[in-house]
Amino acid sequence: MPTPFKKTPHPKERRLVFQNVDREGWSEDIGCYMENGGYEELRKALTMERTAIVNEVKASGLRGRGGAGFPCGVKWGFIKLDEPKPVYLICNADESEPGTFKDRYILHQDPHQLLEGMIISSFALGVHLAYIYIRGEFPTGAKILETAIAEARAKNFLGKNILGSGFDLEIYVHRGAGAYICGEETGLIESLEGKRAYPRIKPPYFPAVLGLYQCPTIVNNVETLCNIKHIVRMGGAEYAKIGKPNNTGTRVLCVSGDVREPGYFELEVGAVTMGELIYDLCGGMKPGRKLKAVIPGGSSAKVLRAGEKYKIKTKQPDGSTGEKEIGIEDIVMDFDSLAAVGSMAGSGGVIVMDDSRDMLWTLNNINEFYAHESCGQCTPCREGSLWMKKITERMLLGGGVERDPAVLKNVADNIAGRTICAFGEACAWPTQSFVAKFKEEFDSRAGKPVPPPMPPEYLPEELIGKEEAHA
Amino acid sequence: MSAPQMLNVQINGEWKQFPKGTRVIEACAQAGSYIPRYCYHPKLTSPGNCRMCLIEMGMPKMGPDRKPELGPDGRPVINWIPRPQISCAQDVAEGMGIRTDSPMAQECRRGVMEFLLINHPLDCPICDQAGECKLQEFSVEYGNGGSRFLEHKVKKPKKVAVGPRVTLDAERCVLCSRCIRFMKEVPQDDVLGFVDRGSYSTIAAHPNRQLDSNYSLNTVDICPVGALTSTDFRFKMRVWFLKETKSFCTSCATGCNTVIGSRQEVVYRQTPRENNEVNSVWMCDYGRLNFHYLHSERRLSRPAVKGEAAAWPAAIAKAAAELRSVPANEVAIIASGSMTNEELWLTKKLASVLNITLHDIVPHIEKGDDLLLSADRNPNTAGAKLLGVSSSKLAEIAQGVESGRIRVLLVLGEDAAGISLAKLKSLVTVGLLPSAATEKASVFLPSAGFAEKRGSMINVKGRLQRLNQAIQPPGEARDDWEILRDLIQAVSGANGVYAIEEVFRQMAEATPALAGLSLSKIGDLGVQLKLE
Ligand SMILES: Cc1cc2nc3c(=O)[nH]c(=O)nc-3n(C[C@H](O)[C@H](O)[C@H](O)COP(=O)(O)O)c2cc1C
Ligand code: SF4
Ligand code: SF4
Ligand code: SF4
Ligand code: FES
Repeated sequence: MPTPFKKTPHPKERRLVFQNVDREGWSEDIGCYMENGGYEELRKALTMERTAIVNEVKASGLRGRGGAGFPCGVKWGFIKLDEPKPVYLICNADESEPGTFKDRYILHQDPHQLLEGMIISSFALGVHLAYIYIRGEFPTGAKILETAIAEARAKNFLGKNILGSGFDLEIYVHRGAGAYICGEETGLIESLEGKRAYPRIKPPYFPAVLGLYQCPTIVNNVETLCNIKHIVRMGGAEYAKIGKPNNTGTRVLCVSGDVREPGYFELEVGAVTMGELIYDLCGGMKPGRKLKAVIPGGSSAKVLRAGEKYKIKTKQPDGSTGEKEIGIEDIVMDFDSLAAVGSMAGSGGVIVMDDSRDMLWTLNNINEFYAHESCGQCTPCREGSLWMKKITERMLLGGGVERDPAVLKNVADNIAGRTICAFGEACAWPTQSFVAKFKEEFDSRAGKPVPPPMPPEYLPEELIGKEEAHA
Repeated sequence: MSAPQMLNVQINGEWKQFPKGTRVIEACAQAGSYIPRYCYHPKLTSPGNCRMCLIEMGMPKMGPDRKPELGPDGRPVINWIPRPQISCAQDVAEGMGIRTDSPMAQECRRGVMEFLLINHPLDCPICDQAGECKLQEFSVEYGNGGSRFLEHKVKKPKKVAVGPRVTLDAERCVLCSRCIRFMKEVPQDDVLGFVDRGSYSTIAAHPNRQLDSNYSLNTVDICPVGALTSTDFRFKMRVWFLKETKSFCTSCATGCNTVIGSRQEVVYRQTPRENNEVNSVWMCDYGRLNFHYLHSERRLSRPAVKGEAAAWPAAIAKAAAELRSVPANEVAIIASGSMTNEELWLTKKLASVLNITLHDIVPHIEKGDDLLLSADRNPNTAGAKLLGVSSSKLAEIAQGVESGRIRVLLVLGEDAAGISLAKLKSLVTVGLLPSAATEKASVFLPSAGFAEKRGSMINVKGRLQRLNQAIQPPGEARDDWEILRDLIQAVSGANGVYAIEEVFRQMAEATPALAGLSLSKIGDLGVQLKLE
């Protein structure tokens, strides 16, 4: 019997949201989706009370898959049942966090799952206009979504009086223009309104209160919205049995870097440890190489160092809490455990680095990204992100001075917690963690007691050329 | 109106009360703890982008009964938020705690100051803003002595004509977006924006657009640094040399309140001054720049009789003789709506002493807008009406002059309003600049411009406002009220007054709407009159 998957899911996987990804004989058209039971949950949801659906989502314990891990039901609870203003739903398909590549597979291979999740969510939240904000670098994904929307409308899953329920909904696809900050939900909303994606200050602009066009708006990640369909199918309580308490459901982890078999794995949250993920699911480190570091939740998550010991709280059999020391391999891959070791589950992008990696180079690479992507709106992030990049770049080129590691840390400290949006933390955490955890590597590249002479910015001839061009 | 609800707020350990709706940053300033800021402007929306106003904030700790827990002093115990908060975008709330000077708040300010300076060009020695620059001021108060920045600074365009009157130095810009918000929210001409990203972000006008609004120079005023400069004022004078005189703009009937910046009898700039009853904190470019004529090379500063320079006594005597040389019904006065009340009142007095009944002002109606610029370009139409100088006789006067029925004409501060003067026996003019009228004048008397004298005017909304003297009139030119007083004296032989305060007193006694007022009682913000 031929395997139903092009790439067989690992036995430890539990495929819910990715159940159709890479399936043999699967296609993204609505026919295939419906033959496999598609849109049945929508039919079911349309017979339910709106609050009942919201309550199922609350009961499911589903936490956002976009990065922050905020409880989805709590977020939805901010929307009043009798809200007089229009309520909007936005699917965040901007997937731009380096190391993250899960949403694109859903968009490319299973667009109807997302649409079904969005239609159910819209029904529950009283939304009649929903948007999918897709990153500009996903042109194919955008086309696939457009086709899927047309198919769904032809079948009256979208449009007026959906399946005779009296519920109306339109979904529009909006393509970004290639900026990471458009993934930040309030930046996304500004962008959708046709402006620069400058994140808004919170308070007062909490999306659920003053979102798109100053109306209540729910922004959810692609994977989060797909889960809604499964919650409606199973019921919230049943869904909550998957994974662990406060870390329910499944989660797609995207592993990249120096493992033999990188890829995506949909796992019950907390089903594996870091060690199992790397050595069992990903086939271990490349030949002859040793694990050096892991960034566990997208490039902005704080780096974890191999060999480091982490103190975590454990529940003793008698109910009291004790403390245990664990190594990096023993960290459970769930929201709370990764937070407990000082990092985060973030966007699910696990970046593995072996002993051939230069941590200064790596941090500089990350710093380059954030310096390039800072929207530039608020002072600490705008100026600090480029400053950090300039320091690591100078150090890489051999110009590191003794105080550089300390300055790097202090610059990062002056950004984190002081900015408009969480990009501030996103760009500060890598620097804070790399410099602290690989101190010797940074110190050894910061040997000069005095700053080296700066390379000339312009040669004299160039300056003369500039003068003439100005005249 | 009921009194606003008062809220208890703890600022740096002391409990104070503020009306509901007070912005935290304003409450702190009122309590004597000024919080530095770049992006916040009380008349614009708050984007919270500069992060200079970060402070420590807390809310009352709630007990199990959902009521605030009280401390030994009977006041709420405050739960301090571990992250710093901006103070420019939130209103005070009951029981809120604020620390503007805690180590956290100080550390935040130092950090932001450093970030703002690392890529700043530090052009202070050649920067027009120096001396009134928030970056300079806050660096002194909150910055570090030295720099830790070893890298090359970001380079940006340094001399961009973003509009006909505004020059941008993008390197000095702290990206506070005040200019963008002003253009969008006040003149509602959304012409400015940011281009590029991160530390390379730069202010620019939208493609194919210019910052050419008649309100563009307000962006220069609110720009906290020397990024936007007035092309007119650029490199002309260091601001600390400027003498500041509170006055108002006389280029239209709105009368925006101003500060005249002058040095050594030269006006260098006019900037708006806050008056929420008149102009908020703005003024239009046209009015702001309409002072260069004071220093025009063509300015007439010597009295003249038949085109020949004359001494003042002779010129006054000659003018008085001309005014009496024909019967009163063959004399007319064309006055101006840009004369002060005091001048208008003396004009009226001159007319009555001479029994002249034909007098009027020249209307100047042009296009106005919905913001400040009034279609009436006379600053004191209301005063001319109140004091009875304006009438509806201008057409009659014109016709009389052209037909030869009127043989002597006195023109005060106006051109001949297109009237053919050929048949006049004699023409007496008072003014600043050469015109068709001054050219034909039998007697010309040079007078003072708005910055060169004191006096009052009444704006389009009936607000009595006061001009203060910033500079001396040039050469032999004299204050208009003195010229008029001398003319009255010369035609009537009566003793005149010797101080403008006295003129105002007499005028106020004779004019019910001005009863009880004096020049000094008008104050810097003017007085609303009850006019019918
Ligand atoms: C700088 C930045 C970039 C982000 N990028 C994304 C993104 O690409 N995709 C995403 O789903 N969420 C992203 N987020 C998180 C969103 O702001 C938001 O929390 C999320 O979309 C909410 O959906 P969820 O609750 O379903 O996770 C980003 C956040 C920040 C601060
Ligand atoms: S933290 Fe960075 S990305 Fe976020 S608003 Fe500020 S400058 Fe923009
Ligand atoms: S903007 Fe201020 S700090 Fe900058 S150069 Fe001008 S005066 Fe100096
Ligand atoms: S030009 Fe001035 S007002 Fe405009 S953003 Fe820059 S610093 Fe602010
Ligand atoms: S003044 Fe508050 S952030 Fe700029």
